[in-house]
Amino acid sequence: MSEITAEQVAHLAYLARIDLSPLEITSLTHDLGQIVDSIAKVSEVATADTPATSHPMPLTNVFRDDVVVPSLTVEQALSGAPDRAGDKFRVPAILDEE
Amino acid sequence: MTYLTKLSAAALSELLVSRQVSAVEATRAHLDHVTAVDTDLHAFLHVAGDAALNTAAKIDARRAAGDVLNPLAGVPIAIKDVLATQDMPTTAGSKILEGWVPPYDATVVARLRAAGLIPLGKTNMDEFAMGSSTEHSAYGVTRNPWDRDRIPGGSGGGSAAAVASFQAPLALGSDTGGSIRQPAAVTGSVGVKPTYGGVSRYGAIALASSLDQVGPVSRSVYDAALLHDVIGGHDPLDSTSLTDSWPSMAAAAQAGLKDGALKGVRVGVIKELSGDGFQAGVTQRFTETLALLVAAGAEITEVSAPNFEYAVAAYYLILPAEASSNLARFDSVRFGIRVNPDSGSLTSEHVMSATREAGFGAEVKRRIILGTYALSAGYYDAYYGSAQKVRTLIQRDFAAAFSQADVLMSPSAPTTAFKFGEKLADPMAMYLNDVTTIPANLAGVPGMSIPMGLAPEDGLPVGLQIMAPAKADARLYTVGAAIEQLLEARWGHTMLSQAPALTPTEMFASEEGAV
Repeated sequence: MSEITAEQVAHLAYLARIDLSPLEITSLTHDLGQIVDSIAKVSEVATADTPATSHPMPLTNVFRDDVVVPSLTVEQALSGAPDRAGDKFRVPAILDEE
Repeated sequence: MTYLTKLSAAALSELLVSRQVSAVEATRAHLDHVTAVDTDLHAFLHVAGDAALNTAAKIDARRAAGDVLNPLAGVPIAIKDVLATQDMPTTAGSKILEGWVPPYDATVVARLRAAGLIPLGKTNMDEFAMGSSTEHSAYGVTRNPWDRDRIPGGSGGGSAAAVASFQAPLALGSDTGGSIRQPAAVTGSVGVKPTYGGVSRYGAIALASSLDQVGPVSRSVYDAALLHDVIGGHDPLDSTSLTDSWPSMAAAAQAGLKDGALKGVRVGVIKELSGDGFQAGVTQRFTETLALLVAAGAEITEVSAPNFEYAVAAYYLILPAEASSNLARFDSVRFGIRVNPDSGSLTSEHVMSATREAGFGAEVKRRIILGTYALSAGYYDAYYGSAQKVRTLIQRDFAAAFSQADVLMSPSAPTTAFKFGEKLADPMAMYLNDVTTIPANLAGVPGMSIPMGLAPEDGLPVGLQIMAPAKADARLYTVGAAIEQLLEARWGHTMLSQAPALTPTEMFASEEGAV
């Protein structure tokens, strides 16, 4: 059995920047415990001498020529923003004053 | 003009090219059918309406002026809502992107427009493509045209249902662990996941970048091939796009219609994708199809892929890990909604957390938290690291299988369409539904689902999955078209001609309990 605790789920939610209600934490703790038990079996066959694969096709770095190409206008780039100030994205304060 | 909606894309294309039917007529016929049936089915999240008719009028004008257009010019198409469209909202089925109209088109959408296809609208999906039933859409479920109490598959249930209910002859889907092939299987339609990198993903909202692939959804193998030829090929805007040149998939599909196309084809049947957990009617139709292949001269061999047993487990570590990283972009700054917290200070961090709490659904939260766990210090080697090793083992299983066989086959899904709510309370039961389709994504190989009959016990469609080695997509179209022809000759009709009629009158009657 995995040992997923509610405290752990709350911490993961903080790392993932999602506020979770106490009810969501309870149900996710249950779900996560079950899922992790089921998927932990990967370690049964993942021996030390097996190389890891991160990508299905062997690709190396892909570069393009360093030339200017058309890109979004400022208006286009800002068109989906929830808030703006002139030509910039307006964001809430970065630092907490409290 | 209702007959226009029953035509394949290829047949409609012939009428358009010879100008017996105009693009406006074809588009209007489909839009009228959407109006008639989609209030109930809910395959579409957005219908383009006037924009589609305007595009169609332009195609008609160009054709009348003698311009040589792509044969598919004027053929309507539905687009999965995971693909960016600069003239239609793009939400990926999530509240966090409600109303977002992207400032650019996905490359596949740009290619459709360049070829003159008519975008009809955006189709419903599980939120951010996380699901196998379209029940995880923030905008409500899509119903299966075969049985309105059942799921249309997922995540691309909207695209599959749109095509299966004759609202569009073609659609685009995306397949991360089966989201094109499983909906095709449960709706009696055709779906193809191309080789990883074969079709551009620029403008496809990323779920799991090492698994995602965009592909065609249709009612016939040849139609899927025609669409594949339009959207495929290298795209410099996608760094994972393969630079290979590809053969014509349409020509490959036509080669499958010739006599003896299956003679000597070595078919590998994957031992591990059978038996326990597979519905009796699914197994029965699969066995019958194999017998048909033998009669047509194919050689059937049983192949073993012992590590497929670990594929679902590896997938549900790799996918959440990559998704938790990809979905970090929904930070309430550049696009999507912004929600302020009820209490506490209004810092970026607090606003982001409140926005994601309000904007993401339960399954998305579940997978982000799972991915964050799998990637955290102390667990990374045991989980994510091990899953990547399993991926190597699965690739080796495919290599061994393809040394004995030209194509591999299995049922596309272990069961026919299940009922709404049946697997919602048990995430692992939902995840295990993808056992047949996930291995192809982990290895990057192409896969196709075509209908192979109705299960005797419930009268619902059953799908056949065909897989080929990486970059051998053309082989899928040849073999798929050959099998489709054999099956249709045996049935005496196409699969979807047997789907229950969806007329507004009947639907109202059924709502009142009259039928």
